[in-house]
Amino acid sequence: MHELSIVCSIVELASQAAEGRTVRRVIIEIGKLSGVEPEAVAFCFPEVARGTPLEEATLDIREIEAKARCELCGAEFPTPDMLSACPCGSRQFQRLRGEELNIKSIEVEEAA
Amino acid sequence: MCTSCGCRGQGTTMTNLQTGARAEIAALPEHDGSGHSHGNHGHGHFHGEHHHADDERHAHGHDHSHAHARDYSDHDQAHEHSHHRVDLEARILAKNDAIAAKCRAWLAGREIVALNLVSSPGAGKTTLLERAIADLSGELPLFVIEGDQATSNDGERIRAAGAPVVQVNTGTGCHLDAEMIARALSELKPSVGSLVFIENVGNLVCPALFDLGEHAKAVIFSTTEGEDKPLKYPHMFSAAKLVIFNKIDLLPHLDFLMERARENVRRVNPDAEIVEVSAKTGAGMQMLYDWIRAQMSAAKEQALL
Repeated sequence: MHELSIVCSIVELASQAAEGRTVRRVIIEIGKLSGVEPEAVAFCFPEVARGTPLEEATLDIREIEAKARCELCGAEFPTPDMLSACPCGSRQFQRLRGEELNIKSIEVEEAA
Repeated sequence: MCTSCGCRGQGTTMTNLQTGARAEIAALPEHDGSGHSHGNHGHGHFHGEHHHADDERHAHGHDHSHAHARDYSDHDQAHEHSHHRVDLEARILAKNDAIAAKCRAWLAGREIVALNLVSSPGAGKTTLLERAIADLSGELPLFVIEGDQATSNDGERIRAAGAPVVQVNTGTGCHLDAEMIARALSELKPSVGSLVFIENVGNLVCPALFDLGEHAKAVIFSTTEGEDKPLKYPHMFSAAKLVIFNKIDLLPHLDFLMERARENVRRVNPDAEIVEVSAKTGAGMQMLYDWIRAQMSAAKEQALL
């Protein structure tokens, strides 16, 4: 279950960026072909966040649909899974989107 | 490894089987001390995820209602809070990737080729290494980093076969990561121009995601598995530069169709090279060694550029 390591990295990155402040929200992007299950990430998050500045944070997961550009016909086409080929039949293509595994931003609480 | 949440840290150990030296691999900063308290909490409730119109999922660490910044009327003292957004725009695995890049540069500068061997448990990784050590150790210096959740059994087999080895035990962890490799390399001290085999934890899912700084990933695919393994685990097969079919000595006894299995590899990864071997009998191993020699020559040339 590599999602646990992913969540540990999210908590580590967000804790560092928070610089001691309480984190209220963490926004991450997970591409559909990233190899990471959003459900598993959501499941691990509360337990990993416990005892950290993210303990009370909400995790917002934005899933990114996957897309590729064919190197033969030049068409852009959706790639819902790893086996998707271009409608023209080609398997030579460049993945444009869908492999993201990013932490976008956090919201922290600041004393007024 | 933290036994409650499984986060990496306490419990990931490294053993140098030449010297017997044992060390823990450092925990993540926020998971190594008193701040990480498990159990004894009243808030076991978990919201799971909600589907929102904007296709977002939410997981809450707590079941309390969130007090929002604008609810100033509830506060009568000078402790009001406002929310402030901090943009990160970072890869979640940035730290692993940075350490992997360091390992890769360290290896390249020493003309060392490191191969990350991945497979299901029982596909024959250790047997293949035993054979390779016996056949190649007269030709080039060979070192091994052994990854398993527990025991030094495989490390002992490698040491008995004649190669210096560091065993990494990941505890409940399901894969090796770049930090473990950095630590293992500094313990193992592979020599200039050597070959380093990294035997990953037997798992076709998790190791696909973690760059170790290796020269290439090689998947071992044994004939006792289904021909559709590449379709079931496409991430791993698409990340591999080499696919090693193992246990070909068993083919007469199995329904395994090699051509169908090869086609499935090509569907997922048209660029992967494929070799067919029996680590037990030695059949086909020369093909694998030729491929390794080609990688070694390329590493030498690149190091001089």
